[in-house]
Amino acid sequence: MHIDQSKIRNFCIIAHIDHGKSTLADRIIEKTGTLTSREMQAQVLDNMELERERGITIKSQAVRIVYKAKDGEEYIYNLIDTPGHVDFNYEVSRSLAACDGAILVVDAAQGVEAQTLANVYLALDHDLDVMPVINKIDLPSADPDRVVSEIEDVIGIEAEDAPRISAKNGLNIEDVLEQIIVKIPAPTGDENAPLKALIFDSVYDPYKGVIVFFRVREGKIAKGTKVRMMATGAEFETVEVGYFGAGQYIPCDELSAGMVGYMTASIKNLKETRVGDTITDAENPCAEPLPGYKKVNPMVYCGLYPADGAKYPDLRDALEKLQLNDASLYYEPETSIALGFGFRCGFLGLLHLEIIQERLEREYNLDLVTTAPSVVYRIHKTNGEMIELTNPSNMPDPSEIEYMEEPIVSAEIMVTTEFIGPIMDLCQERRGVYLGMEYIETTRALMKYELPLNEIIYDFFDALKSRSRGYASFDYELKGYERSELCKLDILVNRENVDALSFIVFEGSAYERGRKMCEKLKEEIPRQLFEIPIQAAIGSKIIARETVRAMRKDVLAKCYGGDISRKRKLLEKQKEGKKRMRQVGNVEIPQKAFMSVLKLDEK
Amino acid sequence: MFSSLMKNNMADMNRGPLGLYLHFPFCVRKCRYCDFLSFPSDEAGREAYLQRLKKEIIVRGEKYQDYSIETLFIGGGTPSLMTGQQLTELLDTVRTAFHVSPSGEWTMECNPGTTDAETLKIYRAAGINRLSFGLQSMNDEELKYLGRIHTAKQFLDNYQAARKAGFENINIDLMSALPGQTTDSWLDTLKKAAALEPEHLSAYSLIIEEGTPFWKLYGDDRSGEADVEGIIADGGAGRQGKAAIPALPDEDSRETDSGLVMKEKTGFPALPDEDSEREMYHLTKRILAERGYERYEVSNYARKGFECHHNLMYWRRKDYLGLGLGAASMVGERRFSNTSDISRYMQDFAYCQEEILDRKAQIEETMFLGLRCTLGVSDQTFKEKFGESMMNIYGDIIRQYVSEGFLTYHEEKGRLAFTESGMDVSNWILSDFLL
Repeated sequence: MHIDQSKIRNFCIIAHIDHGKSTLADRIIEKTGTLTSREMQAQVLDNMELERERGITIKSQAVRIVYKAKDGEEYIYNLIDTPGHVDFNYEVSRSLAACDGAILVVDAAQGVEAQTLANVYLALDHDLDVMPVINKIDLPSADPDRVVSEIEDVIGIEAEDAPRISAKNGLNIEDVLEQIIVKIPAPTGDENAPLKALIFDSVYDPYKGVIVFFRVREGKIAKGTKVRMMATGAEFETVEVGYFGAGQYIPCDELSAGMVGYMTASIKNLKETRVGDTITDAENPCAEPLPGYKKVNPMVYCGLYPADGAKYPDLRDALEKLQLNDASLYYEPETSIALGFGFRCGFLGLLHLEIIQERLEREYNLDLVTTAPSVVYRIHKTNGEMIELTNPSNMPDPSEIEYMEEPIVSAEIMVTTEFIGPIMDLCQERRGVYLGMEYIETTRALMKYELPLNEIIYDFFDALKSRSRGYASFDYELKGYERSELCKLDILVNRENVDALSFIVFEGSAYERGRKMCEKLKEEIPRQLFEIPIQAAIGSKIIARETVRAMRKDVLAKCYGGDISRKRKLLEKQKEGKKRMRQVGNVEIPQKAFMSVLKLDEK
Repeated sequence: MFSSLMKNNMADMNRGPLGLYLHFPFCVRKCRYCDFLSFPSDEAGREAYLQRLKKEIIVRGEKYQDYSIETLFIGGGTPSLMTGQQLTELLDTVRTAFHVSPSGEWTMECNPGTTDAETLKIYRAAGINRLSFGLQSMNDEELKYLGRIHTAKQFLDNYQAARKAGFENINIDLMSALPGQTTDSWLDTLKKAAALEPEHLSAYSLIIEEGTPFWKLYGDDRSGEADVEGIIADGGAGRQGKAAIPALPDEDSRETDSGLVMKEKTGFPALPDEDSEREMYHLTKRILAERGYERYEVSNYARKGFECHHNLMYWRRKDYLGLGLGAASMVGERRFSNTSDISRYMQDFAYCQEEILDRKAQIEETMFLGLRCTLGVSDQTFKEKFGESMMNIYGDIIRQYVSEGFLTYHEEKGRLAFTESGMDVSNWILSDFLL
């Protein structure tokens, strides 16, 4: 089957979080009959269990749709879904590289938001044509006219004829489908030129090996084509090529310039198919690779350790696999005295961290110990050197430090008016600088703050939720670095410094945090055979102390008579419990204690 | 005449010692804390079970002709629900089926309120020479909360009757950390029990076991603690039993269960807090020591020479055979147990869950059972059995705990034992002896 390039449209949908991107994707798939509505599961593109639970899109997904247009022609639409959260910018960027245009979804009530802008800029960076769509016009508070002028004024793209739809109710979806033909350009590229295809994603399949997702820019690829990955130099013989059905892979004979699809080649080594790399024909290679993606820098770091030390290789493999389709995930081996072998991992933000952590636990069945997240501090040393500190353990001696800088974010908090007071208090406590507030509606306001990133990476979300009874939503972007008075807080358990518990803190909050940390650890560390002092220290100065009293009684006085196996089971259970703890000096510290720093704001 | 006697004695000496346990799984009513294998029954059910048990004794006895019964223990349930005649027939069956040592310790559990002077006399005459009374508390209020069927007064009557019937070796089971119990009321129970001068006292703390009515009442409060802080009640020296309680239909007890849940903590007093519980535990040893009882095992106290021999066979890993529903055995490093399903038991005696203990398991058990006794574990005996010193295997752990004062190693006698403070936290330490 040969498909005329002019009948192909490759596009993605971009939007601020919750503006209805995935719902629109669902409607498009449904209306074009790619799936009958009986087969539809809400938000079919979000097929990762985690995505469904959280109602967000994490991984990019692609689907090929056949649309029979009003002009009587059939068009092939390749829809590539993208994440909406700032943490996943990198993923957005990758998806965009496979597209020729983007549908921009804007909420008819909320209008243009921070992420709307960020995503549009990304799309324009990739030379995509942007087609605006006004969604949620069924909302009572919808004001599409205002939003149209907002799009034109703020973004500077024409929106007068933007389809006004309700993706939820399936209203005016046809308008969108028709407009795609006009507003999104058909791909170009010589299908007779040497193969040149951009890898925008890949997944690992236990049966097929690595499945590489790509967009063919020039030439064609078929089963049997001998391909070369231009960056890594690895060569493979193509076993299968195909395109994306809704939730399934559909093999086909070949993919030519302008098309989006996948290939397999029994690829075992994940490192050989890097996202952003260019695939070419080994026997007829193209001259230059396509430009890859911009490297993104992680903003939040933490240590990830296997709960069971023997699972270290498993964790390494899992991280490797995750990194395969999430190049923004950064990791390098590190060793902690308390936790043994693990990895220092870098994430784009907190949500990213949480998602990776949950995916490791669910998809790879790993039991993890996570250390307190840290941001990247800039340390200006007295010798003029500047270092970026991602692990508190590596902090230089205070005498070598001239001054330190910490990352500051611009935050937007959407909240119903009754909670403005409590949220302002919270931001105040977290060293926030109030920038202003806008009323979106009479009962909803958008508060703008500048906050140090390290104040929001612990438990800010939880605090925000509890102080607004769940009504507040929150988004942030990195603004830059500012000079700040910071120090390293160490925790000593039984007079031994537990490296995995150290963290960097604003000097003004050090006493408070130190005290809370000791209290929390006192609850978490079970009584042992001797008294255990828990101390918080800055340098050699102890600033807080708690004591875990010695256990005075732990005796199995029940007599099971001859039923020794039951007694043995009890001892084994106890031994298991000890195993789940970490030996520091002669103290056993339970894993969850290492996370306790995350929950200091409770009560 | 002389030569035949000699021959008989020689034969006895060549026979290996065996402990025999008989399980009687019936009681009048299940106590609220009890997770032993027991349930209420009628007379006909008990008689049918005993017929079955006797058959088992005969069948099994044939295979154990090379052994001699050194100790016998009848546990339950409430064995004292047996009539004098039932017990006599049971013990006659044992003597017919097995070789028995003439000076053996024959213990029977006896629950106050289920027996009388006449029956006790028959028990004694039938061959029982040690009685173990499940008293638990001298406080009637506490007994009521536990769901016991007797009062302190009924116990005293039974106790005196037992003495009159000629029992010269009596144990009393007591339990601390009961709902509503105070340190004072525990002391009162302890002192009153000791004042009766029994030869043996067992003092346990109540543990809230899953699947009991108490678990519903108190389980949530204690669930986190239960395994680590586990301070547990012994149901009587030498008793066997398992948590798997077959669900026999019993409307009465079910009603009681749901009644408990509904009443929640309103109808039942709280458990003593951790500190009082510890205080009770620590006072026990002092009070009993002052009255001439020596602690020889985690929760067992005795006048010199009156330690429970049957119990010691368990700790010293001697061979024992358990007969009756759910009873566990260990003979020649082979563990096995009877089915816990009463309807299956009534049909066949096939032992289940057989397990052959490998060297590692034997070593571990030698340690965690042996150390329960204050006497500890002899390295000489250990060497004889395993061909190397326990220091080879456990050197690091032993040295650590000795240096911390939880274990002592007596160089001359070559014995490893818990210190007093080590015994208090023995679970924590013993789990390190699992290899």
